[in-house]
Amino acid sequence: MNLSTNSVTVRFGAVAALQNVSFKVASGERRAVIGPNGAGKTTLFDVITGQRRPTSGRVLLDDADVTGFSVWRRARLGLARTFQRSTLFANLTVAENLAIAIRSRLKVGSRIWPSRVEREVGAEVSSRLEMAGLPALRHRLAWRLGHGERRIVEIELALARDPRLLLLDEPMAGLSGAEREAAVTRLRALPEAVTVILVEHDLDVVFAIAQRVSVLDHGVLIADGTPVEIRANRRVQEVYLGGVD
Amino acid sequence: MSRLRRFRLSRWLGQAAFLLFLLTVPAWAPNRFWINVASQALIFAIFAMSLDLLLGYAGMPSFGHAAFYAAGAYAGALWALHLSPDLLPLLSIGLIAGAFLALVGALALRARGIYFLMLTLAFAQVVWSVLSNNQLASVLGGDIGLIGVPRPVLPFAADVNLFRPANFYFLTLTVAAIVYIALAAVVASPFGHTLEGIRENEGRMESLGYPTFRYRLAAFIIAGALAGLAGMLGGSFNFSATPATAFWTTSGLAMIAVIMGGSRSLVGPAAGAIVVVLLQLGLSSLPARGLAERWQLLLGLVFIAVVLFLPGGLYGVLRRRAA
Repeated sequence: MNLSTNSVTVRFGAVAALQNVSFKVASGERRAVIGPNGAGKTTLFDVITGQRRPTSGRVLLDDADVTGFSVWRRARLGLARTFQRSTLFANLTVAENLAIAIRSRLKVGSRIWPSRVEREVGAEVSSRLEMAGLPALRHRLAWRLGHGERRIVEIELALARDPRLLLLDEPMAGLSGAEREAAVTRLRALPEAVTVILVEHDLDVVFAIAQRVSVLDHGVLIADGTPVEIRANRRVQEVYLGGVD
Repeated sequence: MSRLRRFRLSRWLGQAAFLLFLLTVPAWAPNRFWINVASQALIFAIFAMSLDLLLGYAGMPSFGHAAFYAAGAYAGALWALHLSPDLLPLLSIGLIAGAFLALVGALALRARGIYFLMLTLAFAQVVWSVLSNNQLASVLGGDIGLIGVPRPVLPFAADVNLFRPANFYFLTLTVAAIVYIALAAVVASPFGHTLEGIRENEGRMESLGYPTFRYRLAAFIIAGALAGLAGMLGGSFNFSATPATAFWTTSGLAMIAVIMGGSRSLVGPAAGAIVVVLLQLGLSSLPARGLAERWQLLLGLVFIAVVLFLPGGLYGVLRRRAA
């Protein structure tokens, strides 16, 4: 799924969180968005998913204007995201969390009588837990999970929708080295057709996953290029890579 | 045997024992008065279970549930008075009236949490003021309500006299059992799990592709319909439908039953409803003068004690002991 935003501006009162951002990601691309805190990265995600309406500008998914679409309709088009702060269903078990995401994909979440499809959902929950290396946590309530486990379930929840466009908002924040490696491996194993947009502070992760990098600063898209180009870009070094002061 | 399995087994045994207890009430109840108390408790239990779907499962704190109860009571009373006392149409009318009023009250679904609570409360108070309006007395009976409502007539067994307390009791028990089984199936279904997801995190559900408004609307209508069913039975039981059934205290009692019994369990709110009815009876017939008139105050104190010392309600205690 390809994505583009056409001169998107988001204002909070006098402050512009995003200014005239035209952001294009090709189908199947792995893109990272970097920038200092408050640069507007999460706001950009919110505009793409529909959690926030832009003050002006348009959002296109697969070349179709979805600016007026609700969050759930965009999700049904194949958009999935993870959140910077984990947003699991705290009082449900890990398996129940995943089952909710799977049922949404199978469009069976409204069945009011226990149906045979539940067996299918249960089997998929098992295989996904296996893939994520979490089979032991199946019956654990989500609020009892450790930080790293929670981040991983957060990613699995988005993956369970089999998204065509996946937005990852700082998926690695607070993960240990080993957990990071496992997560990177998991993300690199995604089918090639899946478009991935990643907000991440850890540049090692960024350069391990992304083919292209976009840089946001104060709501403005200041650079766009391959990791090598971005590393060499002087303006990026100034605002982000902690270069010249 | 694991503790969870032991909990499941003991829950199953508990339910079987409870059913046996309910089935034999007319056999050992000392007199008709206590059979009627049991009927009243079961009607209130249906009402409380319907509220639990919203409050416990969907996380929608409706404080106006009495409106739907009253809708069923009035619609059933009007139907029985003017058209026919046949049971099956009456049950349907109770369900339809509750569902229809819920569709009107769905305006409140725009809001969440405490705002939802206030809007549902305001909605129910509007319903109450319409019902008690004396300008509409020719239809709705004004502040007296509709009186002289006949008891229903059973299909294929018209000679079973539902004016007899034991017979009416078995009718309410049958309806309560069906409602319990239906709600238990609903909350165990994918739809029920979706409601729980919405309770836990509505925004995340939308991100996963769930049109949450539709689900909340569906839950509101189902709960409203079942509250209407309870109201229809309540109207038959009392031979009347009165504006007081729509008053906020009725909603409050149902909320107390759900929270005291333990929300998100169906069994808990049903047990809570029985406790509330018994407490109401016991406290309001206390020998000490002054105390009896303040039974609501005393009930409030009991409620506070349960919330403070038994978080999760009566059912929560059992669940925790197993966990």
